[in-house]
Amino acid sequence: MAKHKTPLLDQLESGPWPSFVSDLKLEAEVRAKNEKNVNYQIPVEVVEDLLGVLELSFTDGETHWKHGGIVGVFGYGGGVIGRYCDQPEAFPGVAHFHTVRVAQPTGKYYTTEFLRQIIDIWDMRGSGLTNMHGSTGDIVFLGTTTPQLEEIFYELTHDANVDLGGSGSNLRTPAACLGQSRCEYACYDAQGLCYDMTMEFQDELHRPAFPYKFKFKFDACPNSCVCALARSDFSVVGIWKDEIRIDQEAVAAYVGGEFAPNAGAHSGRDWGKFNIQTEVCDNCPSKCITYADNKLTINDKECVHCMHCINTMPRALMIGNDRGASILCGAKAPILDGPQLSSLLVPFIKVEEPYTEVKDVVENIWDWWMEEGKNRERLGETMRRMGFQKLLEVTNTKADPRHVQEPRHNPYIFWKADEVDGPWERDVNEYRKRHQR
Amino acid sequence: MANVEFMGKSFEVDEDGFLLKFEEWTPEWVDYCKDGEGIKELNEEHQKVLDFLQDYYKKNGIAPMVRILSKVTGFKLKHIYELFPSGPGKGACKMAGLPKPTGCV
Repeated sequence: MAKHKTPLLDQLESGPWPSFVSDLKLEAEVRAKNEKNVNYQIPVEVVEDLLGVLELSFTDGETHWKHGGIVGVFGYGGGVIGRYCDQPEAFPGVAHFHTVRVAQPTGKYYTTEFLRQIIDIWDMRGSGLTNMHGSTGDIVFLGTTTPQLEEIFYELTHDANVDLGGSGSNLRTPAACLGQSRCEYACYDAQGLCYDMTMEFQDELHRPAFPYKFKFKFDACPNSCVCALARSDFSVVGIWKDEIRIDQEAVAAYVGGEFAPNAGAHSGRDWGKFNIQTEVCDNCPSKCITYADNKLTINDKECVHCMHCINTMPRALMIGNDRGASILCGAKAPILDGPQLSSLLVPFIKVEEPYTEVKDVVENIWDWWMEEGKNRERLGETMRRMGFQKLLEVTNTKADPRHVQEPRHNPYIFWKADEVDGPWERDVNEYRKRHQR
Repeated sequence: MANVEFMGKSFEVDEDGFLLKFEEWTPEWVDYCKDGEGIKELNEEHQKVLDFLQDYYKKNGIAPMVRILSKVTGFKLKHIYELFPSGPGKGACKMAGLPKPTGCV
């Protein structure tokens, strides 16, 4: 018998999509029965009380969590999001309901053995509820008490060999698309780079030393399956420099209808016979593809690597062999001065172990931003305040037409003193000799 | 919210053990906190960090950025964690009596 009545939440058990309410109720039941004889370290009724407090929020349309919360483990300045219910007497099971961020493997590939191991820890020392995964990538353990934090941390590190993720004004947990593990578009080992960078910058991840948060994300091609361009201050996106490889026989198979366009992604509706002219050539943003005499040709010098033709005919068109990545900077959500996507900083960089070139760019940016960034100012905002030119200078990057979508249209142009003839300091009397008042 | 009694003093604190009022801070508060913050014995370096945090807070009404704390005390972040294992925010600011850090933590 449920502890609290939840008529509003109960409605969310109907419908075809997996119901989080049904799942919560199931977990509440499992905890109440405790058939595995778990020595629960936080209130058994934590899940019941979570449902109760959520129902209350549904009823009055307001959150019932207090402001903020500062808890953690010794040695680290982040990793745990503290949270307290503002109705602790009514819902004692969630009086403390802290969230623990756990570092996830890049690409989120798991063995059941590992998942069972960490969930055993969490069943005993937490609510048993999770978020798989947080938007930044972490495994999220939802709901435990302060005294359990060090215990959980001890068991995660000693038994499961896994660390906490990041939170606060620091490097947050990096994430990558699944890259070369199962995608033929991958231009570099996104998972390899993600893992290496995560390990390299553990200090920056665990002990906040930055003006504000900073995120890495790694996409192995411009399709951007981990949304690096929109959701990371430092976005690495795979790219190639040479020609798209064309298999003319496979092109003919698409034209002939043997291969479905877009690997059958649009098979749910009849879009007619595949038309290579309208679906590929005409859709090319730089119009550099032609199909004539049963032959597809691409003027690669004009190709902008948008991926459209490759996405449409994956069995006929392949990424080039001279591969690397572009680095883009500054993406952020709206607060404070408006949303930003990342801006292109390094058009092409080789991505090879030990990834020294990529790390150099990061470290140069950090040296600058840690010194110049204001309190709670994202890199994207520092770039806007101090100018893109400054970012180029600190990363030793030569300005290039590819750095802009279009040149400025206002004439408020700054010059450095050594770029103009004569010093800035001029004598007005000299001027007056030629120009009377 | 709770009241903490220690060595004849009374402190009003929140769930995370932060003082609700900076004015209630007394040297006894530091003694009271140190065990919970994993500190055995306070030395001059601890004191230097606490003094600076309090001065800065009185002058500016906010806690300093980590970088400024490092610069003024001359302690690298690594050393600050050696002094205060839970870090400058949860450790040092709490002991100095500053308000709880807020924002996306």
